[in-house]
Amino acid sequence: MTSPTPADHDRQLAEVEAEIERLRRLSREQNLSLDGEISVLEERAEDLRRAIFTNPSAWHIVQLARHTQRPHLVDYVAALFTDVLELHGDRRFRDDPAMFAGMARFEGQPVVIIGHNKGKDTKENIARNFGMPYPEGYRKALRAMKLAEKFTVPVVAFVDTPGAFPGDAAEERGQAEAIARNIQEMSRLRTAAIVVITGEGGSGGALAIAVGDVVLMLQYAVYTVITPEGCAAILWHDATRAPEAAAALRLTAKDLQALGVVDEVLTEPFAGAHRDSDAVFAEVRDALRRHLGVLRQVSPEELVNRRYAKFRQLGVLHETGAPAGQSR
Amino acid sequence: MLNWLRRPKYGSLQRREMPAGIWAKCPRCSNLIYRKELERSLRVCPKCTYHHRLSAEERLAITLDEDGFVEFDGSLTSADPLSFVGYAQKLEEARQKTGRPEAVIWGEGTIEGWRTVAAALDFYFMGGSMGSAVGEKVTRAAERAREARLPLIIFSASGGARMQEGVLSLMQLAKTSAAVGRLHDAGLPYVSIMCDPTTGGVTASFAFLGDVILAEPGATIGFAGRRVIEQTIRRKLPDDFQTAEFCLHKGLIDMVVARSEMRRTLAGLLAFFGGPRLEKPVPEVAAPQGAQT
Repeated sequence: MTSPTPADHDRQLAEVEAEIERLRRLSREQNLSLDGEISVLEERAEDLRRAIFTNPSAWHIVQLARHTQRPHLVDYVAALFTDVLELHGDRRFRDDPAMFAGMARFEGQPVVIIGHNKGKDTKENIARNFGMPYPEGYRKALRAMKLAEKFTVPVVAFVDTPGAFPGDAAEERGQAEAIARNIQEMSRLRTAAIVVITGEGGSGGALAIAVGDVVLMLQYAVYTVITPEGCAAILWHDATRAPEAAAALRLTAKDLQALGVVDEVLTEPFAGAHRDSDAVFAEVRDALRRHLGVLRQVSPEELVNRRYAKFRQLGVLHETGAPAGQSR
Repeated sequence: MLNWLRRPKYGSLQRREMPAGIWAKCPRCSNLIYRKELERSLRVCPKCTYHHRLSAEERLAITLDEDGFVEFDGSLTSADPLSFVGYAQKLEEARQKTGRPEAVIWGEGTIEGWRTVAAALDFYFMGGSMGSAVGEKVTRAAERAREARLPLIIFSASGGARMQEGVLSLMQLAKTSAAVGRLHDAGLPYVSIMCDPTTGGVTASFAFLGDVILAEPGATIGFAGRRVIEQTIRRKLPDDFQTAEFCLHKGLIDMVVARSEMRRTLAGLLAFFGGPRLEKPVPEVAAPQGAQT
């Protein structure tokens, strides 16, 4: 007999969860007490979760990063900041609800917040385009960053997006230019910027607000150049091989810290941020406090120079005839 | 000096989209064209004006003055940092196919006597995709232009970021955009030319950050792929969607320039920007690290 694979665990967990759901409905509708049965199943579900999340695969981490119950931007804003004043619009086309911008205080000190704004349910997600900004969203974020620069206030950017929106209107209004402009301007922003990747860091749509002095990443967030599904579709013409692609892309916080892309990994509760949001907020608050404290002491010139050097050295090169190694 | 600029132009057509022999078939209009005629017209179809794709070396050969191009970092290539499935083999195949180590060439040369740093991406090398080496070379080109106070010209032809290097390829968007930003801060001109096709991560970084942005007629230019967009919005897109002409109409680029006019247009821009002119037949440049002469 072979030992159960992660896929077996997933399937079993889904079955147990469905059964719990069915019994709950039954107990509601028939006014029966099925607590005994349900608690047995819940124990079983917990065991399976433990088996899965003790050593989650890259694909499991992708699922956690996308979990609808995971804390989203509005939760972080409410938990970590006071005196929040939301800003609207890019002054060119419209206000993009997929991108948040605002002024606020963090432990009494002024900051500018920007971030992808995913919803917690389908209705909210439709209104906010699932956290996929249009060009006007990036332009709103840039406007907020320039405001922060003008008043030498630090920027805190929360990254959580499947990516840029593949729509014709987004193309017509120049989403490539909007992302490129944000990347360039953020790279030379004359004020501090801290990036927190909280969920999905989807390619250019994520990077458009992620060129920070410090890049923090939650343990079960992901950051990638292409979705695992998209990667699998290109490589193998088969999007169902996304779990393999997720492993190949090295998109987890641990991987990215090893590659030098992420400065610090913020620990999540067992089995994901949604299981104990307050613990996650405390973790993020502590990291923001530490890094903001350090960055406030650095001059704008020095910030810009260090930020350039930080991104300048990313990449692994090979000089023909010379051994492979990190770029200079 | 590289000898490839002195080789007969378009000497390697057989292994590209052209059948070997005296006649070539246009991939757009399917007409048979006398190959010599096609080469005389810089590989623009005389029947339908389709601008055939060029390799990076062909591109630089028809754009820059015949002598004086110095390539830098010719031996710099990407490694395989993630040990990504199949990547090492794909790189090797691309090297065999193109005879070049990577998807970009950069160096210094002149256009009608105007000195410039120039780079060209090669769509024939893994779709011109940007990994660590392409990002590094574009960055070094921008840094070189800044140090030598020269203009920068980049011909893009790319499917986007090189997926096989994972997020490190995404980071090349940041690296190149930041380098171009420094060039702008230094008051130096940067002309971006989008050739067929320029899509994905290259558009979301240096290609859309030019002071002036040109495109070749009919070039596909866009961030998201056409098929993905059609699936998302659940309708067919018009034929001209994401063409150079469409982008011009939408205000995304400055000019659509026919290949036959490109040299003259670039020389005019360089003259406007008042860059240094070549005094001697071959520029005496202090080569940066990794230069090949």
